[in-house]
Amino acid sequence: MMWALVLLPLLGAALSWLVPDNRRRVWVLPVFSLVQLGVSAALLVHTPPPSPAGWIWLDPLGKLVLMANSVLFTICSLYAVGYLSYRLKRPNRILCASLLVCLAATSLVVISQHLGLLWIALEATTLTMAPLIYFNHNARSIEATWKYLLICSVGIAIALLGLFFLAYSTIVAKQEVSLLLPALIRDAAALHPGWRHAAFIFLLVGFGSKMGLAPLHTWKPDAYGEAPGLVGALLAGGLVNCALLALLRVYQIAAASTEGALFQQVLLTMGLVSMAFAAVFMARQSDFKRMLAYSSVEHVGIIAVALGLGKGALFAGLLHMINNSLTKGVLFLSCGNIHRAFNSKSTQFVRGALRRTPWSAALFLAAFLAITGSPPFAPFVSEFLIVSSAFGQGNHWTGGLFLLFLALIFIGMASTVLPVVLGEVPPDLERTRYRDAAPTVLPPLALMGLVLVLGLWIPTPLQELLHEAARLLGGEA
Amino acid sequence: MNSLADQLLVLCLLINFAVLGTSRLAFSVRCVAVQGVLLGTLPALVHPFSWHVSFIVVSIILVKGGLIPVLIIRAIKKAEIEREFSPFIGYIPSLVLGALFTSLAFIFAAKLPLSPEHEGLLIVPAAAATLMSGFLVLMGRRKAISQVLGYLLMENGIFLFGLLLADAMPVMVEAGALLDLLVGIFVMGIVINHISREFSSIDTSRLSALREE
Repeated sequence: MMWALVLLPLLGAALSWLVPDNRRRVWVLPVFSLVQLGVSAALLVHTPPPSPAGWIWLDPLGKLVLMANSVLFTICSLYAVGYLSYRLKRPNRILCASLLVCLAATSLVVISQHLGLLWIALEATTLTMAPLIYFNHNARSIEATWKYLLICSVGIAIALLGLFFLAYSTIVAKQEVSLLLPALIRDAAALHPGWRHAAFIFLLVGFGSKMGLAPLHTWKPDAYGEAPGLVGALLAGGLVNCALLALLRVYQIAAASTEGALFQQVLLTMGLVSMAFAAVFMARQSDFKRMLAYSSVEHVGIIAVALGLGKGALFAGLLHMINNSLTKGVLFLSCGNIHRAFNSKSTQFVRGALRRTPWSAALFLAAFLAITGSPPFAPFVSEFLIVSSAFGQGNHWTGGLFLLFLALIFIGMASTVLPVVLGEVPPDLERTRYRDAAPTVLPPLALMGLVLVLGLWIPTPLQELLHEAARLLGGEA
Repeated sequence: MNSLADQLLVLCLLINFAVLGTSRLAFSVRCVAVQGVLLGTLPALVHPFSWHVSFIVVSIILVKGGLIPVLIIRAIKKAEIEREFSPFIGYIPSLVLGALFTSLAFIFAAKLPLSPEHEGLLIVPAAAATLMSGFLVLMGRRKAISQVLGYLLMENGIFLFGLLLADAMPVMVEAGALLDLLVGIFVMGIVINHISREFSSIDTSRLSALREE
């Protein structure tokens, strides 16, 4: 049953490769993503026991990521049908196949309990995203793709070295060699400290660059800026979660060893640095897609801060992971619509989007309010919990800086978003074909509804799952 | 047995310098390929015979010595270039830095707490030196193909370290890592091809439209 999560999308990828017609091929995406969503839901309710060798299992952390990713992917694939009907001239065979292979790889990341397997799956997600970023086939997108490929490949290679160090620390400590997560957590305290320490640093750098934590985020603005909105949504809402899950696995081992506190300290610093970077570069950003990339840097920073604070903040950090991926979905999809309607993503030309694309512009505005932490949307709840946990722990510096950066980012982002949505429409505007229509508006609208609902009410099963997951990270007794 | 392994590792180290010191891309590709083959034969020398080890040997030689070089040579032919021009870090400084990193790698490795059966082997210093040489090529060159070669050198260094674990790593993980590497190089080859068509050059310093002012 668990393997269905990986095999079904692969089957879909093969099928989409075989369909000869651009127009019909697109329908493979929603069909398989809905099936995948159904399988995920079934697995969340009735979780099968771990596989005999212990490689495959769905633990609470995996469940959270699976939930967020399946919902986001389903929305994106529904959106893809509408979006690709505007871009029929461009062949979409590679796009459809890569999207589904990527879905398979993200599912493998979620269910693997063996760090080697997890690494392979994570590298596979990196590679399948490359053709997606390059979808537009122009000079700018190739530059973004090259930067993305090189930085992420090198980063993930460093993570492999970290994994080797971790395995070697078991050899030096005369333990049974294994990269199975339960065994590593059990033996964490007995591993050789020198090698374990080196392993944690390398893994943090490797997975951190995949996740886009500053100062390892340099590929992010280019890749997010040049990729189609649909791909941007998956990068910022889906792949980020996979890299984060890899980091959480390392966190689990660190928390079980004596180095938990040091690891947290490093995460806290990197998180605050990421927020600072985002605050600086968000100001006067004239490209609204790049602005979203910096917003993504900010939010992985917020999650890292929550992980660094530990204890009660872990619950909030995990909740923020879900909120961030749903809200990023709305932001990227609606901004993709605006981009299509104006044929530009520079704030110089895109103004008064509320006139041309009222629905998308309204969604963009609402999602902007949500992502910057305004009530009553979901990110407000998680950000509030993180801040209150920081002050509750007596960590006033972190809490203060956190609030300061949030305020700066709100101002910076507003100065870009508000003119785009509300400003005067420029007189000599290019004519374009795209106007708001149900297929490209309803998916982000549904997602926005979800963000609103989660802000007002977190269902009890989700709450329990979040608590269980936080317990795995050593957060709650 | 181990003296032969050590000789091969010294050869690996020398190959690093060959790559650091040359501007001819095809020659660099061959060097990295030879290094890959050496790397592939090492598990057979270090570890006792088993099906697991022989599978690793065959697949590494096939991928690193055969498929990947073919992919890169094809990209070079398509892009119609032979040499690296005016690298960010010149060849002589590269060689000097390479020598520096190699000696540091030896000093560093002597201090590492290794498991007793691995002490006295050259594997760890060779791995560290190859990794650093890879970084140097990656950072110091302009051409996209040179950067791929730097990445490959880096991967070779990591694989060298992986030798210490060869009987501990499950076959599936090794095979998966190799497959990922192969697909990665394949994708990079395609991207290089598109770069050369788009910019009529594969000089990555021309990729600057997205730079933040």
